[in-house]
Amino acid sequence: MKSIFASFAALACLTGSAFAQDDQDLIARGAYISRLGDCVACHTAPGGTPYAGGRAIISDLGTIFSTNITPDPRSGIGSYTQAQFSDAVRHGLRADGAHLYPAMPYPSYSKITDEDMHALYAYFMKGVEPAAQASPQTDLGFPFNQRWGMVFWNAVFSSSTSFAPQTAASDAINRGAYLVEGLGHCGSCHTKRGFGMQEKAYDAKSDAFLAGGELNGWPVPSLRAKAATGPGIAGWSEQDIVDYLAEGRNRFAAVGGEMKDVVAHSSSYMSDQDLHAIAAYLKTLTPSAPENAKPASAAAETASRLTAAKNLTLGERVYIDNCGACHFVDGRGGQKIFPTLDGASIVTGKSPVGLITTILAGASTPSTPKGPSVNLMPGFANRLSNEEIAALATFVRGAWTNDADAVSDKQVGEIRTHLEAGSSH
Amino acid sequence: MAIINDEVDAVVVGLGWSGSIMSIELARAGLKVRALERGSDQTSKDFAYPMPADQYGYDVRNKIFAKPKDAAMTVRHTVDDTALPTRKWGSFGPGSNVGGAGLHWTAVLIRPTPTDLKLKTYADETYAPRQLQEDMQLQDFPVTWEEMEPHFDYFEKVCGQSGKAGNVKGEILPGGDPFEGPRSNPMPLPALEDTLNCSMFKEAATKLGYHPFPNPSANASQAWTNPYGQQIAPCNYCGFCSKYPCLNYSKASPQTTILDALKRHPNFSYRTNAEVVRVDLHDDKKTARGVTYYNENGEEVFQPAKIVLLCSFQFQNVRLMLLSGIGTPYDPMTGEGVVGRNYAFLSNGNATLFYKDKNFNPFATAGATGQMFNDISPRPGFEDGVKYGFIGGAKIHSSQATGNPIGTSLPKGTPNWGAGWKKGMKDWYGHSMKVSITTTCMSYRGNYMDLDPTYRDKYGNPLARITFDWKENELKLQQYLRDIVLNITKELQPDSFTESFLKMDSHYDLRPYVSTHNVGGAVMGDDPKTSAINKYLQSWDVHNVFAVGGNAFPQNFQANPTDMIGALSLFSAEKIVGEYIKNPGALVQA
Repeated sequence: MKSIFASFAALACLTGSAFAQDDQDLIARGAYISRLGDCVACHTAPGGTPYAGGRAIISDLGTIFSTNITPDPRSGIGSYTQAQFSDAVRHGLRADGAHLYPAMPYPSYSKITDEDMHALYAYFMKGVEPAAQASPQTDLGFPFNQRWGMVFWNAVFSSSTSFAPQTAASDAINRGAYLVEGLGHCGSCHTKRGFGMQEKAYDAKSDAFLAGGELNGWPVPSLRAKAATGPGIAGWSEQDIVDYLAEGRNRFAAVGGEMKDVVAHSSSYMSDQDLHAIAAYLKTLTPSAPENAKPASAAAETASRLTAAKNLTLGERVYIDNCGACHFVDGRGGQKIFPTLDGASIVTGKSPVGLITTILAGASTPSTPKGPSVNLMPGFANRLSNEEIAALATFVRGAWTNDADAVSDKQVGEIRTHLEAGSSH
Repeated sequence: MAIINDEVDAVVVGLGWSGSIMSIELARAGLKVRALERGSDQTSKDFAYPMPADQYGYDVRNKIFAKPKDAAMTVRHTVDDTALPTRKWGSFGPGSNVGGAGLHWTAVLIRPTPTDLKLKTYADETYAPRQLQEDMQLQDFPVTWEEMEPHFDYFEKVCGQSGKAGNVKGEILPGGDPFEGPRSNPMPLPALEDTLNCSMFKEAATKLGYHPFPNPSANASQAWTNPYGQQIAPCNYCGFCSKYPCLNYSKASPQTTILDALKRHPNFSYRTNAEVVRVDLHDDKKTARGVTYYNENGEEVFQPAKIVLLCSFQFQNVRLMLLSGIGTPYDPMTGEGVVGRNYAFLSNGNATLFYKDKNFNPFATAGATGQMFNDISPRPGFEDGVKYGFIGGAKIHSSQATGNPIGTSLPKGTPNWGAGWKKGMKDWYGHSMKVSITTTCMSYRGNYMDLDPTYRDKYGNPLARITFDWKENELKLQQYLRDIVLNITKELQPDSFTESFLKMDSHYDLRPYVSTHNVGGAVMGDDPKTSAINKYLQSWDVHNVFAVGGNAFPQNFQANPTDMIGALSLFSAEKIVGEYIKNPGALVQA
C-alpha cells in the first residue's frame, strides 16, 4: 500500500516531459499570455473544443465567426510561421494576405512585445491540442465582405504602434498600461466606438479611453478610476479592483453580463502582481464627469422610508418583498456577496437594459480560484409582472443617491420577450 | 457482474459536513477523492429566494430530511422489547442529499468544554466510588483540548461563527461564556442581534447569578469570506431556519462554505443517488479494498479505494461497520465488543411563558437567535451534581429558532382542534417565549445499536436497531433543571406558563422532536476493548477505514455536536494527509 501512495506523490511532478524545460517554461508563459489576452473567450464555441473557433460574434456589421487557432495545419494555424502569426495577431493580416475584421482586437494587440509574441507562438504551436475542425465562414453583406477594404480602415482608425512605456510612471503602472491597452484589450468594450466602429482611443492620451459606453444595450461602466470616492470604480480602492478581477466580486459589486466571461476565463488567472498593476494603472485615469447623483442624505431618506414601510409606492413594496432580504433597506447589500445598489453603474446607467435583464433572468458569480462560491441571484420573471418590474427598476434607479431615469412597462416587456426568445432556442 | 469504477485514493461515503470537510482537505493535499452520496444533488439554486419560505413543505413535510423509507431504523427501550421501525421522523430528523443535515440544522455552533473531553477523569476525581450509576460507561475523548483547539478555531472560521467569546487565551471576557475553554481567537464575527425573549432572559438570568451569553451561531451576523474563499451572507432574520435550507446564504452549510471550492478541484468527483451498502475488505480483513454501492439505475457498482472515509450520519456509519464486518459488534450482555457500544442521545425540556401584551415577533429571527448559560455543567466548581447524585448539565437558554406559525404554543385551556384552536393560534402567535434546557446524556451498558433481526431495507440488508431509554441519572438531572427553569420563569412574570419536562418514571418517546444530536455507537478511545476507532477516527481493526462524525462521541455533552464534528474531521484529515498516506498503517498502537 505504501508504494501506491508514493507513486501518487510522484505523479504531480510529471507533466509533458516531451519538451525540454526551456521549451516548457516558454509554453507556460505563452499559456499565461493567452489568458491575459483572453484568446479562448472568442476562439471557442459554446461547449466546444478550446481555441477551435466557431463562436458567433454579433456585430453591427453582421455575424462574424471566430476562427480555429489550434495548431491543426488545415483547419487551424499549424502552418503559420512566427512572422505570419505575429502579423495576424498584431496587424490583422492572415497568412494568405487577407485582412481580418477588427472583431479581432489587433489594434490593441499591436502593443504586444516581440518577447510575448514569441511565447504566445510557442504555446499555440506546442501547448494547444490541434483540432481538425473547420469553423463556419464569416459572410458579411456587401460592402463588408470586401476584406481588402480593411486596408483603408486600418490606415484611418487602427493604432498599430508598439507599446511605449512612460518614463515618468512606475514599473507597475507601465505594466498595467501594457496589459490594459494591449493584451487585455479592455477598450474593446469600455471605450466608445466612433462612426467607423473603431474605438475612439487606444491609450491614456485621450479622455475617451475606457470612459464607458454600451454593449448589446447594457451599460458598460467607465474604468477611469482616479478618485477616492464617487459612484462606480472611482470609489474603489486598488484592492477592490484586484478583487473584482480575481474573484468576480468585491466589497461593492458582483460581475455581470459579458464581463463574467472575462473574469472566468482571463482575469481570474492573472497573477496578483499583474492585477495590482492593472489597478494601479486604472487609478491614474481621471474620471469623466460622473453620472447624476443625489446628495448622501438622500440615501438615509430611502432607508428610513423602507424601514417604516408606510404608504409605499408599488416599486418600494416590490423592493421590500423581493430584494430587501439581500440588498437591505440601505441598498448596500453585503460585502462580496450581495452587490450594492446605491451608486452601482448597472443600476444608474443611461440604459436600463442590464438592470432589467438581471431582475428578469437573475445572475450568478463565476467560480474562480480565489472566489469559488457561485452566488446566485434568482430571476424574477415568473414572479413579477412587467408593471411591477418597471416600478421596481424605476424605484432603484431613483433610490438612495441614485438619480437615473424611470423605466416603462414597455421596455420591460421588450426585454422579457427577447429573453424568452433566447431561452427557447 | 458489478460495474467497477476507476480506483481512487479516498472514497468518501456521504457528502454532508464531515464528508465535505474530508473531501476538501484530502483534495487540497492532491489525493484523488470521490464522494458517494445516497441522496440527490442540491445547490444554492434549489434554495433560491423565496422558495424555502414554506413551512408546510420543510417543517411539516420534512422536505430536506432523509425519507424514512430510505433511512429508517428500528427502536426499542430494552433488550426485552421488540424494536419497531421509524415510519415517521419524531425525536430526531437525519438529513439526506448533498449537504446532509448541514442544511437543515439550527446552526448553533458551540464547543464542548475541556471537562467534556475528559469526563471520565472528571467523574473519577469528583464523585465518590459507586456514587454514579454502575451501568454508566463514561469515557474520555482520547484527544486533548490543546489538540482540538486549532481545529475548532479553523472550523469556526469556515462557518463564520458569530457570537461573543468568554475566554480568549485564558482571559475571561465579559458577555461571553466564562466556562468555555480557552480560545486562541475571539469568534470571527460579532453576535447576532437579540430579540425580545433574549433580552428578557438575559436580564432575569443575570439577576439570578447566572452567566448568560448569546448563542454562538453559524448564521452569520455579517458578510464573511471563509478560509476556502467562500462567502456567507449577513443573516436577514427571515424566521425560516431550523429544518429549512437557508434562502439567503447566511447559514453555514457544506454548500455555503465548502462545496463550490471543493468542486474546483479536478481530483475531486462525486456521485449522487449512490447508496453505499458495504465496505469491501481484503481477505485478511485488515484493510478495505473499496466500497459497493447502488447507483441511480439500481446497478451494483464497486468503487475501489485506498482509503474509505465513512462520513454518513451517525446511525449509518455504525450500520455500515456492522454490515461490513469492521470491528467486533457490541454485546450488552457481556459488555464485550465495540461496534454499537455507547449510543447516546439527549433530552430537552422547557417552560413556555405567555404574555398577552408582549410581541416577540418570532417571524424576525435567526435559527441560532437566543441567549444561554452553561453554569449548570460538569465543571470544576459545580457542586450540585455531587450533592444530588447525578453527573451532567444543560445549556439553559431562551431561543427562537423559527417563526413557524403552524404549531404556535398555546396556553392551558385552549382547545386543541376546531374553531377554538384556530382562534387560539391567531390570538397567541408571537405572544410566548420559551426557557429551555438541552441536556447532556451519559452512555450506559444497555443503550446501544446493533442490526435488526427482522426489518430489512430495499436491498435486503438489516436496518440498524437502537436500544435506548432514559436512565435514572438523566431523569434526576431533569428534575434539578426543572427547578431552575421554573425559578427563571417566576422571575420573568408571565401571565401564564406551561411546562414540559421528563418525570422520574418517563421513558424515551420517539414521537416529539428533541434534536438530531444522535451520537456514539462507534466511539473514539485509547483502548480497542472499549472503542471502535482511535483518536484519529481510524478503525482499530481495518486501518484504512475511518468513521467520521458524531458516532465518535463516547457520551453526549451539552454543547451542540457540529463544532466538535467539524473539528474532529479536520483533526483526522490532517493526520491522514500528514502521516497516513506516507505510511499507511495503524496511527495509534493499541
